[in-house]
Amino acid sequence: MPPPILRIQWQYNTGRFGRAGCSRFTIESKRMPMTLLGASEKGEKKAGLFDRLRQAVASTKAQLVERIEQIVEGREAIDRQVLDDLEAVLIGADLGVKTTTEILDHLRNQVDRRQIRDPQQLRSALEREILAILEKPAASAAARQQPPAGQPEVIFAVGVNGVGKTTSIAKLANFYLQQGRRPLLCAADTFRAAAIEQLEVWARRLGVEIVKQKAGADPSAVLFDGLAAARRHHADPVIVDTAGRLHTKYNLMAELEKMCRIAGREVAGAPHQVFLVIDATTGQNGLQQARQFLEHAGATGIILAKLDGTAKGGVVVAIARELGLPIQFVGVGEKLDDLLPFNPREFVASLFEA
Amino acid sequence: MFEALQDKLQRVFKNLRTSGVLNEETVDEALREVRLALLEADVNLKVVKDLLDRVRVKALGEEVKASLSPAQEVVRIVRDELIEILGSKESLLTFSREYPTVFLIVGLQGSGKTTTSGKLALWLSKRRKRPMLVSTDVYRPAAREQLAVIAQAVGIPCFVGDGLTSPIEIALAARKDAADRGHDVLIVDTAGRLHIDEELMSEVSELRTRLRPSEVLLVADAMVGQDAVRSAQEFHERLGTSGVILTKLDGDARGGAALSIRYVTGQPIKFIGVGEKYDALEVFYPDRIVSRILGMGDVLSLIEKAEQAIDKQKALDVHRKLQTDTFTLADFRDQLRQVRQLGPVDQMLGMLPKIGFFRDLGKARVDEKQFIRMEAIIDSMTKKERERHEIINGKRRKRIARGSGTSVQEVNQLLRQFVQTSRLMKSMSRSMLGRQLDKVKLPGATAS
Repeated sequence: MPPPILRIQWQYNTGRFGRAGCSRFTIESKRMPMTLLGASEKGEKKAGLFDRLRQAVASTKAQLVERIEQIVEGREAIDRQVLDDLEAVLIGADLGVKTTTEILDHLRNQVDRRQIRDPQQLRSALEREILAILEKPAASAAARQQPPAGQPEVIFAVGVNGVGKTTSIAKLANFYLQQGRRPLLCAADTFRAAAIEQLEVWARRLGVEIVKQKAGADPSAVLFDGLAAARRHHADPVIVDTAGRLHTKYNLMAELEKMCRIAGREVAGAPHQVFLVIDATTGQNGLQQARQFLEHAGATGIILAKLDGTAKGGVVVAIARELGLPIQFVGVGEKLDDLLPFNPREFVASLFEA
Repeated sequence: MFEALQDKLQRVFKNLRTSGVLNEETVDEALREVRLALLEADVNLKVVKDLLDRVRVKALGEEVKASLSPAQEVVRIVRDELIEILGSKESLLTFSREYPTVFLIVGLQGSGKTTTSGKLALWLSKRRKRPMLVSTDVYRPAAREQLAVIAQAVGIPCFVGDGLTSPIEIALAARKDAADRGHDVLIVDTAGRLHIDEELMSEVSELRTRLRPSEVLLVADAMVGQDAVRSAQEFHERLGTSGVILTKLDGDARGGAALSIRYVTGQPIKFIGVGEKYDALEVFYPDRIVSRILGMGDVLSLIEKAEQAIDKQKALDVHRKLQTDTFTLADFRDQLRQVRQLGPVDQMLGMLPKIGFFRDLGKARVDEKQFIRMEAIIDSMTKKERERHEIINGKRRKRIARGSGTSVQEVNQLLRQFVQTSRLMKSMSRSMLGRQLDKVKLPGATAS
């Protein structure tokens, strides 16, 4: 594979936005060959999407569906034992007690009314129940605010520590690049050691512009610079990396509120999207996280990261049910194109596909 | 930490407390609620089942009769079982005879390995060890830089290994370097990996074979759900982990992962991460955490802290003064100072049992600076004013405000608070507090 052609340019900014230590690291590149970015060949791409999702959730499927099949197999009637086992499976998938109970109540109802007669029908009924929960918020997500003409769309990635925000941002940038847009990364995680460097490496690999300041700088200042740079260079969208913060830390959540205010002041309606990144291994605490990030940062959707493990990320079902937050992307691997737009129907279908 | 679970259990046992006799029905009712509470705290389903089965057998057995009240008996049984699962005392690190002792830090992506490595190094260096750090994460961008930055922040040397690209090479070179430079501990940070990633698991397994670490520490996120058990078990089977470090315990809810991981792998939880600062690593005390889960608050920790900070004699004086109605602003100031010595106030409030009077205190956000201002106001008073607060009139208030750099409003507020506090404490010292303190043997209660 030939090395990518890169032209790296350092600018020391002394102009309007030239706060001390503010520099921009601009990389122009003839776009790297797709294979370097970890993308599959273009031709395969369309057919591959569903397959990859299916592959990614294969372990989930093994856990969930096969256990359900074990449960219903050879059973003549839906008795208490069947439903108890089902409950165990759903709780084991991190759907949580409340959501599980609601789903089971619905199923029990249908059994009582003879709409479900034999255990084999349970699976499709269960599929319908989960799909209904996931599809509800997806419908409302379509009507989100657009940036004014000529202004960049501003996207925040937020979440607790270690969920995969920075990696998800790199994948997001790649996603928008492939749509023909010109994303700009904004390194507003100035707290964690080497977070800026990590994002820089991704920017270099992707060949996208990055705006940063020194570690320890005010994240709102970095954001301000990022938005200014995006307008100057007609970049769109601006993807803002934020420091991981536990949702219980009052001051850090207030800092996030401030960043949202600054963004809104600079670009009407910004941040237009606030993606809450949730680790698929997260348990019921995910609900608390979503609640707090919804309240303080107006989260608009969820990126479910690390779905390639054995964890099922079932807490997002609970989040969709209780808070109406739609899942917008799922992260299914470590490569740049391992971020898939979330489609409830495909997701559930791949979960339940025989 | 653990508040949510604590809240739930408290609600359950509150009902149980009032329901009188303990029969099969009440036990089952209570255990159903306990089950829900534990599940919502992400305790693994299997673990919950086992635990409740054991409790049920014991609760319905003869032991019940020996207790003071049936409800207390159930609390005790649940608590004992939780302690048994978590191990009854803290677990220490093992060091090897030959230098350097190697600690291998492993875990899933984003669990907090690198930060924890830095914290552990700092913790060791405070205990007369000379640790060295090395990162073998050659995969994630800027991972090695991250450890280098942390190492610099905590003042621990970090082996860089320029030009080396394989984890094994880096680790072996680091071990040699550490030995050459007389470091007694080498902490090896590894890349985050999924327990089902065959390639990376055999890589770390080879690291383990070559380095022969005396501890293989699994770093696990406290927020993890039902899957915690699967990954912990896999890591244990492949690498023979010797202990667990549970991170991000400064968030809310949970407690589940601690129980599940311990139960399934049998490996002790050695440390907990409780904050973003590098000194926010604490030795894990199972019995204390269990008390916390059960809503008894971390009374043990609180007492220990209180004993260090509070002058017993002064506490006794306050108690006597309250009873004889001579509690003055000077005493109030002493109390403010002692409270501040205990450490961050909100952290302390979190340790109190979440019942009755204290119920919502844990949620309060306390402004530390407020204490400093209050002290300044009292400092600006004359001795006479401190002894007899009634004499502080408008003119005196103005002077006090000027002297302390505050406003008359703030002086007024402080005086109101003082009056309220002395009233509250008087009534508390007569009734509830006296009894409560007697029970936990807090200094200050001994006089009553």
